[in-house]
Amino acid sequence: MASLAPTYGRGAMTNHWVDIRNADLVLIMGGNAAEAHPCGFKWVIEAKKHNRAKLIVVDPRFTRSASVADYYAPLRVGTDIAFLGGVINHLLTQDRIHHEYVKAYTDFTFLVDEGFSFENGLFSGYNAETHTYDRSSWHYQLGADGYVKNDPTLRHPRCVYQLLKKHYSRYTPEMVEKVCGTPKEQFIKVAEMIASTAVPDRTMTVLYALGWTQHSLGSQIIRTAAMIQLLLGNIGMAGGGMNALRGHSNIQGLTDLGLLSDLLPGYLTLPGEKETDYGAYIKKRAPRPLRPNQLSYWQNYEKFHVSLMKAWFGDAAAKTNNWCFDWLPKMDKPHDVLQVFEDMHQGRINGYLCQGFNALAAFPNKAKLGTALARLKFLVVMDPLATETSEFWRNFGPYNDVDPAKIRTTVFNLPCGCFAEEDGSLVNSGRWVQWHWKGAEPPGEAKVSTDIMAHIFVRLRELYRAEGGAFPEPILNLSWPYRIPVAPSSEELAREYSGKALVDLSDPKDKTRIIRKAGEQLDGFAQLRDDGTTSCGCWLYCGSWTQAGNMMARRDNSDPFGNGQTLGWAWAWPANRRIQYNRASCDPAGNPWNAKRRQIWWNGSAWGGSDVPDFKPDSDPAEGMGPFIMNPEGVARFFAVDKMADGPFPEHYEPLESPIGVNPFNTNPLAVSNPAARVFKGDRDAFGRAAEFPYAATTYRLTEHFHFWTKHCRINAVLQPEQFVEIDAVLAAEKNIRNGDRVTVRSKRGEIKAVAVVTERLTPLTVNGRKLHQVGIPLHWGFKGAARPGYLTNTLTPFVGDANTQTPEFKSFLVNIEKA
Amino acid sequence: MALQSLDIVRRSATTTPSPSVRRMPEVAKLIDVSTCIGCKACQAACMEWNDVRDDVGTTGGVYDNPPDLTAASWTVMRFSERRGGGGLEWLIRKDGCMHCQEPGCLKACPAPGAIVQYANGIVDFHEENCIGCGYCITGCPFDIPRLSEKDGKVYKCTLCSDRVAVGLEPACIKACPTGALQFGTKEQMREYAAERISDLKARGFAKAGLYDPAGVGGTHVMYVLHYADQPGLYNGLAADPRIDPMVSLWKGVTKPIALAAMGAGILGCVLHYVTKGPNDVPDEAGREEGRK
Repeated sequence: MASLAPTYGRGAMTNHWVDIRNADLVLIMGGNAAEAHPCGFKWVIEAKKHNRAKLIVVDPRFTRSASVADYYAPLRVGTDIAFLGGVINHLLTQDRIHHEYVKAYTDFTFLVDEGFSFENGLFSGYNAETHTYDRSSWHYQLGADGYVKNDPTLRHPRCVYQLLKKHYSRYTPEMVEKVCGTPKEQFIKVAEMIASTAVPDRTMTVLYALGWTQHSLGSQIIRTAAMIQLLLGNIGMAGGGMNALRGHSNIQGLTDLGLLSDLLPGYLTLPGEKETDYGAYIKKRAPRPLRPNQLSYWQNYEKFHVSLMKAWFGDAAAKTNNWCFDWLPKMDKPHDVLQVFEDMHQGRINGYLCQGFNALAAFPNKAKLGTALARLKFLVVMDPLATETSEFWRNFGPYNDVDPAKIRTTVFNLPCGCFAEEDGSLVNSGRWVQWHWKGAEPPGEAKVSTDIMAHIFVRLRELYRAEGGAFPEPILNLSWPYRIPVAPSSEELAREYSGKALVDLSDPKDKTRIIRKAGEQLDGFAQLRDDGTTSCGCWLYCGSWTQAGNMMARRDNSDPFGNGQTLGWAWAWPANRRIQYNRASCDPAGNPWNAKRRQIWWNGSAWGGSDVPDFKPDSDPAEGMGPFIMNPEGVARFFAVDKMADGPFPEHYEPLESPIGVNPFNTNPLAVSNPAARVFKGDRDAFGRAAEFPYAATTYRLTEHFHFWTKHCRINAVLQPEQFVEIDAVLAAEKNIRNGDRVTVRSKRGEIKAVAVVTERLTPLTVNGRKLHQVGIPLHWGFKGAARPGYLTNTLTPFVGDANTQTPEFKSFLVNIEKA
Repeated sequence: MALQSLDIVRRSATTTPSPSVRRMPEVAKLIDVSTCIGCKACQAACMEWNDVRDDVGTTGGVYDNPPDLTAASWTVMRFSERRGGGGLEWLIRKDGCMHCQEPGCLKACPAPGAIVQYANGIVDFHEENCIGCGYCITGCPFDIPRLSEKDGKVYKCTLCSDRVAVGLEPACIKACPTGALQFGTKEQMREYAAERISDLKARGFAKAGLYDPAGVGGTHVMYVLHYADQPGLYNGLAADPRIDPMVSLWKGVTKPIALAAMGAGILGCVLHYVTKGPNDVPDEAGREEGRK
């Protein structure tokens, strides 16, 4: 998300599940699609069966995905940028790129500010004290006309193409072998297969997941692959794309609705604490086009923002009070989960509402989390299950060795229903918002989550009304129009998100024509206004519930063009566009690159075809509007300007716990690991060193389980009953561990015991001249449930996250292992 | 598990002829090992449909869970790792009843009607008639049926005869996410398999083929294998399965011989009685009178 947006303009899977069957080549890396998405994986099988597609898997382990792949190559945990950078170097030096595509649709030709530089592991502007960058030199050169300067000949030394070539010239096949441990011939074989899709009639789809995001440079890893897809011309094409396979059935919905601490719904952003002026706040987020004739769709930011404020505050939001701008919290710093638990650990948080997640199990460094929870005055857990978090205070022997007498936290368990016990929608990886209907009543006293939250809100509001309090206005004026205040229905909420007209809306081109009457549901976000006449809880979802009804509930799976575009099945954001950036499936003149896989095309007066154009529908190709309409430049970025905290070009850095202790790409002690990673004081001391913990470890999932839920289910417990770790046969022999023996795995933060699975699917790698073993640790066990009791795997993991998203580095850390 | 939508063509330990008025196509389940990801959805669906729940076991160092078929796990995934010419391979096979055309279990079973074969090829256990002797396990060339400790009866995959009887596909086929499991007439499955085999050959698996062993008259559960010439690679799938000759003997020729021997024995007794008369024991009183 945080990497695709700076590159393409939006952060989400660019294509969708069914479209995978159109691919000629499927790359699964940073993920294990067969394991974690077995149902979606059928589309990879369909591509193999009906499209003669080839499947490549690059992974530290030979996974279930690898078991049905045409080619597998190993790599060391956390070194994906070295590998992918090597692919970029291969494509550029062998000139296997889609020339016309990159020239027209990317920033290849743009000139970069003279002040930007990269030297020995650091970009210009680094502050070693604060571990942050001053990004003011990270931008394009602007001409007197306010537009970005470019060199169409690509010869200017400051053009992005030349800088890119220079940056990745260091990523040779030899370096890939040295850093990743991937044998050179295997790397080149993969690079060649990838290069074969640079031609217009072959596409590659990249399927990735948490194996890329859960690193201290996760968003940069993803950017590297996103750049490869641009070089090959695979973005906007059927069977192409950067396809983030999301890890939870509605995690896409969570990010869409702005539940991350720095977001508002629809990927709008909270103001920073210094942004006290509403006009400046809007201006910063509504960039004007930086190239001629570009759409720069975020220009409409204020329409989305004002409509959101009308949804939240109703009549209280008016132009005179800047639409209640002063009632929005202003961010001093990110308040992601790692920050919150750090604050909790410091005793700065009194109470915590933990809804639908199992923090003690799911976040790193369990010991730190347990201590943090014990410092709360109260904890409210809203969950269908009795989770480890809800019983963090109870002693479970070695699995949770705590003294309840010393824990003063009051814990409230509010059992809630699960997704099948209410009507509602889930947003899948492909941005499809699919409605489902209630299948059963919640059991016992469990209530639907929205009812619980509504009860809490209504009582809180009453208390504020009766007793006053600090800053009651936003709470007292929050619009709460639901028929039953303590039980807002999913339908009411869905209609609110999609939005409605507050007055009769007339056609801007013909004032006498009313397009929507007051109170009617809107048709799409093009109807949103910045003058308080429209209300919309999430601009991206505008059009999901129209006057014609619930678009998300549609179940027509007709595929009229035979390319998997089923526009009548449910509803996708934005505006039911199924493949993002689909303008890029045609050349600058408007003709499809691949006539056999047409998607949209210019018919002389409008764009149309098998998909909704992700573009201004009547823009003549001669105008030169670019396909990446959310970016002010209209094109995709190789050079991410100032959008990434750790640099405009991805660069290899070692995980914070590195098995080799040096970064072979530089000689800078400040740049061994991500220089911009945020590490709290105290957590740095909890990092282990290779001398004590020589093996590189990673955590992951198994098909038979979903996180920490399904260990509560009998059938899942039968299918994978007991905690195990995976090691290679050479390490097993060294440590006298036989298959099935019990072992102890330790990190600087704690230890777990498990059964050893000695397997050929892991092999020792030669990294930086020495043999390195990797240890694989599935995470599904804990001290509650029907499966055999086990240790929470996150006892072992480090408390540090990605420099942009703060997603914890669960996938590359250090351990030691002994026979138990 | 009797549903009379399906005609029974053979019953264990029964010689009564079967109905044959209705025509019924032979069905088959095809397991395409090359597109199976070992996800165990089939195991879960089987337990759910049949309302059986196996015990939560332990991990022995492999992904096979449970490690073997049981009276409550009628299908299990078997994983084997192998270093082939092209590198590492992880071969994953769904194990379970093969629904042989010539079922060894039915032949060996001494309990009338405990094992039946339907006209569509499905071999089913009617547990209400089962006496728990375990002969079917000996008779099975694939070592499939399992005796339940709870009720002393044997259980195995039924190819969802109850679902198939009403025109539904078996539960495992419905659950399989990748389409590795297919169901239809045996003819349709052979055609589908041919397409898969030609795809595998194009990807370099020269020995890809269909596993439909003739030694048991063919089976109604077939496999597409990458290495059809080496079924043993797939965790010991039998290369040339046949019914054990002891079963054929014991249930075959020894039966008429035994019957004849018993008949001859009874005839011999009758003849002896008729010719030699009853066995006279002299009276004590008569002997004393004779002496006076």
